[in-house]
Amino acid sequence: MSMTDPIAVFRMEAAELFEQIESGLLDLTHRLDDRDQIDAVFRGLHTLKGSGAMFGFDALAAFTHHCETAFDRVRKGEKPATSELIAAVLAAQDHMRALVDRPMDDHGNIGDILLSQLQRAVEGDAPVTALVPTIQAEPAAVAVKSAGNTWRIRFSLPVNSMVNGTNPLGLLDELRDLGECRIAVNTSAIPSLDVLVPTDLHLSWDVTVTTDQPRSAIDDVFIFVLDDMQLDVETLTDGVAVIAEPAAVQAEQPVPVVLPVAAIAPATLPVPAQAPAAPAVEREVPGSNDARQAKAAENVRVPAERLDELMDRVGELVIAQSRLRQLASSSMDLQLRSVSEEIERLSGELRDTMMVLRMVPVGSLFGRFRRLVHDLARETGKVIELVTEGETTEVDKTVIERLADPLVHLVRNSIDHGLETPEERRAAGKDEAGKIMLSARQAGGEVIITIKDDGRGINRERVRAKAEASGLIQPGAALSDQDLLQLIFAPGFSTAAQVTNLSGRGVGMDVVKKTVETLRGAIDITSHAGQGSDVSLRIPLTLAIIDGLLVRVGTGRYVIPLSAVEECLELSLEEDLRSRGRSFISLRDSLVPFLRLRDLFRTGTKPDAHQKVVVISTGTERVGMVVDQIIGDHQTVIKSMSKLHHDVATFSGATILGDGSVALILDVAHLVAAGQQQEAQVRAAG
Amino acid sequence: MIEAVQTNDRQPQSDTHWNSDGELEVLTFDLHGETFALEAAMVQEILDLLPETTVPGAMPFVGSVINFRGKVIPLADIRLAFGMEAAETTIDSRIIVIELNLQGEPTLVGLRTDKVNEVTTLAKTSSEAPPSVGMRWRPDYINCLVKRGGQFIILPNLQAIFSFRTDT
Repeated sequence: MSMTDPIAVFRMEAAELFEQIESGLLDLTHRLDDRDQIDAVFRGLHTLKGSGAMFGFDALAAFTHHCETAFDRVRKGEKPATSELIAAVLAAQDHMRALVDRPMDDHGNIGDILLSQLQRAVEGDAPVTALVPTIQAEPAAVAVKSAGNTWRIRFSLPVNSMVNGTNPLGLLDELRDLGECRIAVNTSAIPSLDVLVPTDLHLSWDVTVTTDQPRSAIDDVFIFVLDDMQLDVETLTDGVAVIAEPAAVQAEQPVPVVLPVAAIAPATLPVPAQAPAAPAVEREVPGSNDARQAKAAENVRVPAERLDELMDRVGELVIAQSRLRQLASSSMDLQLRSVSEEIERLSGELRDTMMVLRMVPVGSLFGRFRRLVHDLARETGKVIELVTEGETTEVDKTVIERLADPLVHLVRNSIDHGLETPEERRAAGKDEAGKIMLSARQAGGEVIITIKDDGRGINRERVRAKAEASGLIQPGAALSDQDLLQLIFAPGFSTAAQVTNLSGRGVGMDVVKKTVETLRGAIDITSHAGQGSDVSLRIPLTLAIIDGLLVRVGTGRYVIPLSAVEECLELSLEEDLRSRGRSFISLRDSLVPFLRLRDLFRTGTKPDAHQKVVVISTGTERVGMVVDQIIGDHQTVIKSMSKLHHDVATFSGATILGDGSVALILDVAHLVAAGQQQEAQVRAAG
Repeated sequence: MIEAVQTNDRQPQSDTHWNSDGELEVLTFDLHGETFALEAAMVQEILDLLPETTVPGAMPFVGSVINFRGKVIPLADIRLAFGMEAAETTIDSRIIVIELNLQGEPTLVGLRTDKVNEVTTLAKTSSEAPPSVGMRWRPDYINCLVKRGGQFIILPNLQAIFSFRTDT
């Protein structure tokens, strides 16, 4: 599928911008005066406005424009960033999302309400940063607005700017948006035809614009190209003062400088005070933008389906290659062997590269939770601190996407049920701010994502009472601690006495468990009363290819995921015979239950003389699998099984072997559970 | 997994797509001495026998999987749905690969057959609904019977057969 639909492209771009704006805003909540973040947010809004207008999202562009204007005043230091302001902009941003998603819908007057909220938040009553007294900036801005000034703008861009992606026509369009415009182009710099490079830009422009916008609006048009260009701006209104300075100088003296031009002259001269602070910021804007553009150019957007297709091809290549290896190894032809080895190396590398392509850092997932936590904190009145760790851990993109919803449920649940109110926390002698920690780390072939809170912990009595009441367990049933805690993932289970907006409807947690299981993962819970709970999701790194151990049971061949294999050993005859009664082997002083796959699969063939045991583990629990033969390791392209085989829990998928036949992949978690169950039965029996 | 798979609203008896002339192009094949027919449009490919992999614990009806061009697809034996005995393969045995819509997902399935005959055209006028009595087979597994040259060709309702579940 090609990405030719410009609207779709814009939506993707917008989604990225929203993310950028949101993360900037959320950072700001912690450091209200972080100029970098303020600029980042402003840039995001500005780009959004521009692209929105370009793709015909006029409502979005108009609305964003007002937000940008409001936020601009913060950027210029006229107004302080306050948490009210940030909340208002966040709310406004949600509206923008709605405008992007459903531009045609009638959004009523939500926009106006949000804007007036935003306006109030900007005005605030807190005094301004002392640098620029409010009183001065305010009437000045108003005055400029009403005046309708005429400006003369002369600008030229660097010769190579078209190559760098600047479109002067876009700049002219933006100027036209400001008001009545007369544009003249200066072609005098164009060289003769024989030395003319078509991609170079030799034009300069002379624009007269009449606008009710302040001078800063003009600067904003050029905000992304300001660094390298020549820009002269002078006012023609009343034939007053000439402010014509090259861009570099002008950059050091933002807005207020031009204000005297307007009717109320002498009120404003805060420039010297502000000058030291401003330049750094102003210069940084275009600079970091360049960096961003350069980065964007190095990345290629590829639809996920294409990656999947490529993955399939690589998978088939790996299969074909292992057939080639089989042929070559039985051949005497040295040349054939060397080609085969070469191809083996190449396809292995190709496979690894392919895997990396699909990997994305978990950070992109964690980022979403900052907003969630921010909103939930406001909603619940709890003070919450979100700590994330291991954002650079990389996981298959599909896995990340599928994990998003379960994690939302878990985080909501931790906040709603786990964390106490500030009063309760104080009473318990804890820090008022509850802590939610999201961390990711890689362990073998798995990634472990942990959601940890330092709240009240899971109340085991309540869980038990609730489970008994809803018939999930028999009254008084003996359960291990882990089993008891796992009950919170049972369908229809909810301990919240009251159903809140956040959780407590009993849907969600069972969805979490289901999703994790379809990803071939598992959930561990630990919880200590008064100290909090810790939910860990163990998820395989990828869904596409695994390293497996190929074994034979009867006539069938099966693959055991290598990441789960601890060791292989021979089942001694003695143990084999003795174990007819109890299926345990002692492994370095600990008893490990084992399953005879031959019995489990009802192969109906005679066992091989020397049975082997493959010990597999999931975290703490170990189970041995008795097989007839261990064939060796095998790179496995996982093929899912059709719906017709979804009732077979023993296998998590299938793979195609070198000879073209199919081998089934054992579902380790399921087998371990089966082994543990058997162990429990044996224990109970005797 | 407990998936009490329901046929979509107890489908109407027939999902056969007769064309405007009341004709249907089909592929006919033999199973246990009876002639069956599948709409030619749903047939993907006819394969010689392939190495099969038994899936321990699966229903006998779909007891194994095969490698069909790099995809792992289930191999079904609709003999079992019609209460016939599983048979040894012969030199004429073939696998017909069809695409079925299972719970909204197009799924490739291989069908065992004793012999594949021909692609032919059946006329709606000679078709009959399955009799409600006097038949060994579950009537909802059959779309219709078509008379042809003194014998009946069975058009099985694959949707019904594959949307079973766990009840057998």
